[in-house]
Amino acid sequence: MPDVLKAPLVVEFPFTRSLGPVQSAFLTGLRERVVLGVRTRDGRTLVPPVEYDPVTAEEIRDLVHVGATGTVTTWAWNHEPRRGQPLDTPFAWVLVRLDGADTALLHALDAPGPDAVRTGMRVRVRWAEERTGAITDIACFEPYDGDDSEVTFHAGEFADPVHGIVAQARLDYTYSPGRAQTAYINALAERRAVGERCPSCRKVYVPPRGACPTCGVATSEQVEVGPAGTVTTFCIVNIKAKNLDIEVPYVYAHIALDGADLALHGRIGGIPYDQVRMGLRVEPVWTEGGRYPDHYRPTGEPDADYETYKELL
Amino acid sequence: MTSEASPGRREIAVVAFAQSDTLRSTAELSEVEMLMPVLHDVLAQTGLKTADIGFTCSGSCDYLAGRAFSFTLALDGVGAWPPISESHVETDGAWALYEAWTKLLSGDADTALVYSYGKSSPGSLRDVLTRQLDPYYVAPLWPDSVALAALQAQALIDAGDTDERELAAIGARSRTTDNPRAQLKGPVPQGDYLVRPLRRGDCPPIGDGAAAVILAAGERARELCERPAWIRGIDHRIEAHSLGVRDLTDSPSARLAAERAGAFERPVDTAELHAPFTSQEVVLRKALGLGDSTRINPSGGALAANPMMAAGLARIGEAAVRIHRGESDRALAHATSGPCLQQNLVAVLEGDPR
Repeated sequence: MPDVLKAPLVVEFPFTRSLGPVQSAFLTGLRERVVLGVRTRDGRTLVPPVEYDPVTAEEIRDLVHVGATGTVTTWAWNHEPRRGQPLDTPFAWVLVRLDGADTALLHALDAPGPDAVRTGMRVRVRWAEERTGAITDIACFEPYDGDDSEVTFHAGEFADPVHGIVAQARLDYTYSPGRAQTAYINALAERRAVGERCPSCRKVYVPPRGACPTCGVATSEQVEVGPAGTVTTFCIVNIKAKNLDIEVPYVYAHIALDGADLALHGRIGGIPYDQVRMGLRVEPVWTEGGRYPDHYRPTGEPDADYETYKELL
Repeated sequence: MTSEASPGRREIAVVAFAQSDTLRSTAELSEVEMLMPVLHDVLAQTGLKTADIGFTCSGSCDYLAGRAFSFTLALDGVGAWPPISESHVETDGAWALYEAWTKLLSGDADTALVYSYGKSSPGSLRDVLTRQLDPYYVAPLWPDSVALAALQAQALIDAGDTDERELAAIGARSRTTDNPRAQLKGPVPQGDYLVRPLRRGDCPPIGDGAAAVILAAGERARELCERPAWIRGIDHRIEAHSLGVRDLTDSPSARLAAERAGAFERPVDTAELHAPFTSQEVVLRKALGLGDSTRINPSGGALAANPMMAAGLARIGEAAVRIHRGESDRALAHATSGPCLQQNLVAVLEGDPR
């Protein structure tokens, strides 16, 4: 079996999330170096605060100004910080119960080593220099020897409150299309199209994915298809895609390659967009050095008879 | 759903189970190529064809593949043309089994094919799993799955519930398994800390794999399997999202799910627990009241093989095949999802009296 193809795949998304009243007050408070909790009807103070009581599901809004100092309830020493984590030097993950709170907040503790950390130790917030209204406005916690902080009620009202956050996410993958699609992609680079025949129903699938979707069995017999094919259906694209250097309008079509039992899709060129039609005979066009067809153009043959492709629509 | 016999309630059983080897990398296989031999295996055990199956339900996760709607490609493996009655859950296949069980209970189908799969190898699993955390307060800090489990382990150690030596013994016992599908078998070094107090040996191997189960109702189950593993009850429960609200040394959701599934009505002889970290077995043993008379994870559990999205379904399957083989009469199967055992599903399986 030849080596399968692999390529880096980066998935990045900046989720824009809106905040409810309690989350908005909490994150705006962090920007102003104020830590707010929320009080439940039975008198418990939740930090970080939530909008609904986790026990009763009752809506809760009563904000409390809790301490920026607190006590570690559990910890874990992280000697190899990973991308995106609060500190790039070894640190402890901690759950901290801030003074005045009944629940604990997850964050990082900057400490010289695991021997300097224990459950029950006193810590305080180290504020980030630039604060925007996000959990990362707390840069981390640091060891602290002083007394408990005072806890007071707080209206949770600030000038210019934050109403949303942008939650950046990035994940890195190494994508592999597997055996069947690797064979297809490699053949395209040689200006050939290969499908795979189902051993049960004998249909030829292109691009092949290694399985027959009708029979649910593995396919492995390679079959050369095309290069020419028939337009089975099409649409006219009028909106220019970002980062895509194709003039609109253009035609995107389903193309049944000769010998294939499934239509694949591709762009139609070399003909005015309003002259593309069902049954048009087309062939692939590779650009210099291209690993796959750039588009399909008319072969000049007469149109295919509807009966020959009606099962492939 | 409780295990109290309700009038007219259908009896439903696991009649077949299959799983793939769990491997660190399967780049040569697409997901459907990894899955298909498992589907063929489980169907062959019953003599059923995909066209005979009344309902199909699957579990997987787009974040593992890095692609939207990735489960649709895997449908090729079950012959989704002509159209079939099908559903999908974006989590472990144990929850797909729950959905299939309710479908059979409703009488809408007599048989169900449940499958799940996950390839962790394309991405960095510890980073990928951060995306299931609270996006406002937690995910921006990127705490990885091992770090969160380590916080739970330290809480257990502080509470006097366990120590590092006992945790190492749990890992060693789990990998002393003859399960041919396991990724880690036999002794492995306990290794260095990944995130203290958890060492490499306390953590599950990262692997790709798939599992499949066939369910059948009533007489159909007896036709398809000599000794069906009857599902006496299933329940699943969830705890608060925020870790700081929870007592990490306990699992009230697992206990409640077990109670509602009828697990405490009589002792179980076997328990298949989905505890990816050694410390989580300590939590579950306590929450489920499992003593020395119960065999825990003869399959090796998640510490021997933890294919994401399939490991929970595999626990139900492993418990069922022990009943099929007569090695167990009453077994508890457990699946988890989320950080620090946030979500828990418990099923109670029994064989006919011998």
